[in-house]
Amino acid sequence: MASTELVKEAERLMGICNACRYCEGHCAVFPAMEMRLTFPAEDLRYLANLCHGCGSCFHHCQYAPPHEFNVNVPRVFDALRRETYARHVWPGFLAPLFERNGLATGLITAVACIVFVFAGTALIGPPALRAHPGPGAFYAVVPHRLMVVLFGLAFAYALFALAMACRRFWRESGEPGHRLSATVHNHATWDSASLRYLDGGGDGCTYPSETPSMSRRWYHHFTFYGFLLCFAATCVAALFDWLGHPAPYPWWSAPVVLGSAGGVGLTVGTIGLLALKTRSDRVPFPRTSMDVSFLLMLLLTAVTGFLVLFFRTTAAMGILLLIHLGVVMGLFLTLPYGKFIHGFFRYAALARYAIERAKRHPETRNEVI
Amino acid sequence: MKRSETKDLSGPWDVLVLGGGNAGLCAAITARQSGASVLVLECAPRDFRGGNSRHTRNLRYVHPRADRIMTGPYLEDEFWEDLRRVTAGKTNEALARLTIRSSADFGDWMPRYGVRFQPPLEGTLHLGRTNAFFLGGGKALVNAYYRAAEALGARVAYEAEVTDLEVHNGELSAALVSWCGATQRVRARAVVAASGGFEANIPWLKESWGEVAENFIIRGTPYNQGRVLRALLNRGAKQVGDPRQCHAVAVDARAPKFDGGIVTRVDAVPFGIVVNQKGERFYDEGEDFWPKRYAIWGRLIAEQPGQIGHAIIDSKPLGRFMPTVFPPVVAGSIRELAVALGLNPDSVEGTVKKFNASVRPGKFDPSSLDDCRTEGLTPPKSHWAVALDRPPFYAYSLRPGITFTYLGVGVDERARVLMADGSPSANLFAAGEIMAGNIFGQGYLAGFGMTIGTVFGRIAGREAAMLAARRPVAVSEVASDGVH
Repeated sequence: MASTELVKEAERLMGICNACRYCEGHCAVFPAMEMRLTFPAEDLRYLANLCHGCGSCFHHCQYAPPHEFNVNVPRVFDALRRETYARHVWPGFLAPLFERNGLATGLITAVACIVFVFAGTALIGPPALRAHPGPGAFYAVVPHRLMVVLFGLAFAYALFALAMACRRFWRESGEPGHRLSATVHNHATWDSASLRYLDGGGDGCTYPSETPSMSRRWYHHFTFYGFLLCFAATCVAALFDWLGHPAPYPWWSAPVVLGSAGGVGLTVGTIGLLALKTRSDRVPFPRTSMDVSFLLMLLLTAVTGFLVLFFRTTAAMGILLLIHLGVVMGLFLTLPYGKFIHGFFRYAALARYAIERAKRHPETRNEVI
Repeated sequence: MKRSETKDLSGPWDVLVLGGGNAGLCAAITARQSGASVLVLECAPRDFRGGNSRHTRNLRYVHPRADRIMTGPYLEDEFWEDLRRVTAGKTNEALARLTIRSSADFGDWMPRYGVRFQPPLEGTLHLGRTNAFFLGGGKALVNAYYRAAEALGARVAYEAEVTDLEVHNGELSAALVSWCGATQRVRARAVVAASGGFEANIPWLKESWGEVAENFIIRGTPYNQGRVLRALLNRGAKQVGDPRQCHAVAVDARAPKFDGGIVTRVDAVPFGIVVNQKGERFYDEGEDFWPKRYAIWGRLIAEQPGQIGHAIIDSKPLGRFMPTVFPPVVAGSIRELAVALGLNPDSVEGTVKKFNASVRPGKFDPSSLDDCRTEGLTPPKSHWAVALDRPPFYAYSLRPGITFTYLGVGVDERARVLMADGSPSANLFAAGEIMAGNIFGQGYLAGFGMTIGTVFGRIAGREAAMLAARRPVAVSEVASDGVH
């Protein structure tokens, strides 16, 4: 659906939902909708990004297809979210990356892996393919300074691009005139960190099918906190190195414990989410390559990381490390151009919701008299 | 092949439930818990299952104190008073009080089968003390009950239409069911009729209303054709409720013929005036609050020529009433608005002028019966009367939207269907809208239909299961069918 048609369809749905309101207990979207009587495109994009896609409003809707009103909020909002990502991406000419996201992510990652493996083996030569016991082994394959510079730059770029996209989103669909107080951040942080609205209002999402279940919330927690633990492991390792203790580290060390826990979280979480996805009800939940490619990237990162850990004392270590680094580079470079962005826009939408809720005066309620 | 997959519904079943809405599902769950084998026949396809329960959003039950979902206590005497008032005494006090008392455990019972409650919906806060709202609405409740019933082992057949009942001397031996392209004779030891009213059966409505019924909009399911009700009445069940009575509200004239549900209601009436096809006012728009207003305007419009009315407001009250699903007709002047509505502009303009001239000054307050009224106008507007003078002007065309019918079968306090002579049937039970006329002689109390369905569904399920346990197989069954 073209952007204008999509916005029109979302507007049509909110017109129906606002006259019904049965779903207001499921999540934040419907209470936010009730604060409005009209739905300009920028507000629809805000509502779409506030939507966690839990499916409850679809499975509990008396107007869901095959009803002639054809109300399918999760599906339309999913499409509108993707439109919002492409609309605000930085730099703007990379918007097509969201269209064929699976292909783009796969190609970028494959190129990164090939470059790492070839550059690693060609430039460094035999040392890359030898067993390296003891401290500093990884840096015999890729020099420490090079690793820091390459990944530091890639990650800084990703963060910058994401920040730019968030800024553009906030300017159009946020509350740009409003100061982001600590209270607002507290609300948005807690609501996103706890996935407060991914519980259907109590019993869980109707995902992958009509029966409410908490499985998706749990797998998302595994994935998200797994990612954070892996990130923490990297930071701690960098600190250790700076303090004069080069990797590899023993199995009981902080970087390995954090990284292993994170890797397990990522593996369990992403496999769980992928498994749920294959069973999901296709009417409310479109299957997009963007969702799948990001999950696969995270899974690949975790699996290649474990392979490096398990085979770090063997001759396979060099090549495995190069592949792992290639995957991580692919992940970093595609962070602003794929599903990862949803977390940032969701946070922004939750922040706006916190502001709106606080601003709301009880007298603005429209009550049946 | 598992029994649940066979194409054979013939039974005999301990308990056969006709209709898979709230009442039928409560009966199925209760009967199955008593160990009875249960078949639920639902005439809608799975996507539209649940009858009118899928359009509901709350129910009313007795509770001694405020809790997470309700703001204060609601005890039997007040509940009974409310019911007596809306029905103007046209009720069966014994059954009504039984219903009210039996509702006391809903807060425990319903969540056990997956129903979740939430505080009152935005726009319905006036029901916050008396009514419990279903999280996600009635379809969520229906989904939960189907899951519970099937998990307990009840079998459900969709698109299964009961065409007739075999009843001899008040005892049912079998139902004739059209299912999967063939007619089956489904035998049962006990039957619970929970198949709703006949409000979607336009020819039947015409029997009482005449041709004007053609212009009625049916707010709920198109599957409430009243076939089981008709069959029961034909087979000697006692009739209760006025066949001419139905609950009708004013809905947007553009609403779909069936199944438009809650979103088609328009509540602009108290903020302006309502004119008929002739461009004339016909009733006091400021008489009373929702829900009384809500309950009378459908009938008022049904009595107007062409069964249509047009609510006209100016731009002052925009945003003060619940948003409507269809946009209003907009025009810069009353004349243009009348033309857009296909009305005589002189007539509408005259009506508005007369109305504006008779409005007395007052303090407009939509939350009370304020002192904004007309003087010397017939019919008057006794509250919330404010001149229509700030363009643009808006209009919503309204039609009668039928919610449910009152005609039903008589029951006793064990949910047994009463035969015309007043004696209870041997094995026929009824629950829900099909017997609600015992309690609602007229009027309506928000959320009480679901209360009746839940209470009588459970009674019928329990009684039917107990009866089935005592009746191995009816003698006539063995004789007529031989070995199974």
